[in-house]
Amino acid sequence: MSEHAVAHHVRLPDGSLQKQTTTINLGPTHPATHGVFQNVLEIEGETIVSAEQTVGYIHRAFEKLAERRPLYQVTPITDRLNYCSSPLNNMGWHMTCEKLLHIQTPKRVDYLRIIIMELARISDHLICNSIVGVDTGAFTGFLYVMQYRELIYEIYEEVCGSRLTTNIGRIGGFERNFNDIAFQKLEKFLKEYPGVLKEFENLFNRNRIFMDRTQGTGGISAERALNYGFTGPNLRATGVDYDVRVAQPYCSYQDFEFDIPIGTTGDNYDRFMVRNGEMWQSLRILEQAYRKVQEFKGAEADVYHAEVPEYYLPKKEDVYTKMEALIYHFKIIMGEIDIPPGEVYHAVEGGNGELGFYLISDGGRTPYRLHFRRPCFIYYQAYPEIIKGSMLSDAIVTMSSLNLIAGELDA
Amino acid sequence: MSDVINTGRPVRFNNNVKVVEAPQGVEGEGFFLTTLSQVVGMGCKNSLWPLPFATSCCGIEFMATMASHYDLARFGSERVGFSPRQCDLLMVMGTIAKKMGPVVRQVYLQMAEPRWVMAVGACASSGGIFDTYSVLQGIDQVVPVDVYVPGCPPRPEAIIDGFMKIQELVGNESIRRRNGEKYKALLGEYGIE
Amino acid sequence: MSLDNSLVKEKLSSKFGESLTNWEEQYGMLTFEAPRELNLKVLQFLYDDENLKFRFLTDLCAVHYPDRAGEELAVVYHLHSLENNVRLRFKVFASANQPDVYTATNLYSSANWMERETYDFFGVNFIGHPNLKRILNVDEMDYFPLRKEYPLEDQSRIDKDDEMFGRGGSHN
Repeated sequence: MSEHAVAHHVRLPDGSLQKQTTTINLGPTHPATHGVFQNVLEIEGETIVSAEQTVGYIHRAFEKLAERRPLYQVTPITDRLNYCSSPLNNMGWHMTCEKLLHIQTPKRVDYLRIIIMELARISDHLICNSIVGVDTGAFTGFLYVMQYRELIYEIYEEVCGSRLTTNIGRIGGFERNFNDIAFQKLEKFLKEYPGVLKEFENLFNRNRIFMDRTQGTGGISAERALNYGFTGPNLRATGVDYDVRVAQPYCSYQDFEFDIPIGTTGDNYDRFMVRNGEMWQSLRILEQAYRKVQEFKGAEADVYHAEVPEYYLPKKEDVYTKMEALIYHFKIIMGEIDIPPGEVYHAVEGGNGELGFYLISDGGRTPYRLHFRRPCFIYYQAYPEIIKGSMLSDAIVTMSSLNLIAGELDA
Repeated sequence: MSDVINTGRPVRFNNNVKVVEAPQGVEGEGFFLTTLSQVVGMGCKNSLWPLPFATSCCGIEFMATMASHYDLARFGSERVGFSPRQCDLLMVMGTIAKKMGPVVRQVYLQMAEPRWVMAVGACASSGGIFDTYSVLQGIDQVVPVDVYVPGCPPRPEAIIDGFMKIQELVGNESIRRRNGEKYKALLGEYGIE
Repeated sequence: MSLDNSLVKEKLSSKFGESLTNWEEQYGMLTFEAPRELNLKVLQFLYDDENLKFRFLTDLCAVHYPDRAGEELAVVYHLHSLENNVRLRFKVFASANQPDVYTATNLYSSANWMERETYDFFGVNFIGHPNLKRILNVDEMDYFPLRKEYPLEDQSRIDKDDEMFGRGGSHN
């Protein structure tokens, strides 16, 4: 059949007969893209030649929304950044506000915050690692560990009432003290989870198929990673031991002993192992924090917030009986508290890296400008460079091992 | 209850199988008389194949619903598919931005009749807390929706409750509904032929 | 060898002199302003200098100050020296009528999308950027939404009424 005969009956786009590569659209709705982002890939056989990315499919205008809302109303929108570990975002935001307002939190509050933050980190890494397993075909690991995510959710529920988008804490501390049930659940977690993590590692770490799928694929060198602005487990997998908790300790992290696991090649296997290692370190921090919290006795054990009545919502019993508490409650809820003018940048170590909050206040009731330094948005730029030359199935595993959360990507 | 059969291994037979209720009808020796709608409805509702269109936080609660603690597979939806050509129920979970609206519509159009749509979460129902220039204020601006599940995010029990309401709709639906004038008018409002 | 803010300021002032203005130290982070044309030179100097080593671009964003006539858009760079553990912030100002700023993508690959986002939200035109188009909003959008004159809500929505939210009319 000659070329003329084919072109006569079917209308082909220009240059398609000479084109050697196939264009494939990956996303925005695809089972393996955990979130909505689109990649238009040019593949030659199975090898990827180039990729063009489109993001913004879940752009919700957080930064513009924050300009309308007083400080407490911004917390629910920070939840929805990295929604797998929303307490981390909430705490980061409250710490930014505390930095702006020069509020010092008592030690017990710091230790309780660390408990919640490390639980959030564990829950984020659990989802990421088990989904990497699912993408290589191993569904069991996911089902085993989701049970423990449910236990973490139950701990959040005891403190703030909500499972996923927690809106936890206040400027200066927590809304209520951790009750006995929360501590019991925490003890149960600390007792049972190491065994589960060990079982999860036994399923994956030395599994021939998993190792063949993930080793040597999706690698990036440390220089390129730093140039691309990588932070978090993705950067630590390339060998750079930058962790915001150690570099600029916040919330009394300097009182705790923990290591920073790092990898060597930055490939998918290293990222998986770094995240596993971080979960072990988070467990270590949790045990230390729990012990330290138990050491507070008597009146000190009732401290769960800093004494900043202008910014901390008072207890309901006081609101109904005392005049000052009523006035503060009214002013805080109506957002009539003026924040001092200034510019502050505060970063916390989120599940994906350095989550930064750049807050500019002009003295009004809402931020003048709030910018989120979102780690996912910044390191996703490197994806075409990472997958160029690799095969299509490797691209899928790379995407899930980078832990791209769409909410954080687009904000 | 254990039993030893020829192989010598103890075997446990599951005598506790849950069977769905038979529809209303007349039963006789070797026949069961009922309407086609009811039989088709009964079969369909207990084996719905959902398409989880998970965009954001509600998607994580869906993952928790699918996992073993709140198991959605008990309701017959063991097989979640990602191809609209093979699925009955489009579960839209999460915020749909204006950029994503045409994608939802395209996925809906690719589904074959009968198809149902469940809007999970506040964002899919009405835009949620994101009353902004870039968010679609509810997916019912682009596709017709059958069940709305409120919550931000809804608890897994609420998602299961929404799923059970869909099952109710599926079980009671007449098999002529998709060809009727009223349905065509509904689709016409959305510009779908 | 520990680097602190005063040393950074000294080195920068000795290289660039009077062109760097508005030195402040807000909440421990040294902040200064640079003229629009010098932004790449400042970034390159901070990258190359063996004592400063600011080789990590933490963040790049913009702020709209409608009250500063002729200098409405500020592009803010947050830099981090990982080896010395020091952070730095500097701003360049551009007017809203001609918001041209040189792109930092040749030095930092992470600036690529951050500049696209800044363009998408504020309309800052980065000269030399390889692919300056909208990234988060729909491509057909014809205005720059994060500028102060535009409202948050989509004005064409019919199911929600600004009256319900205590905002009579379309502006808060």
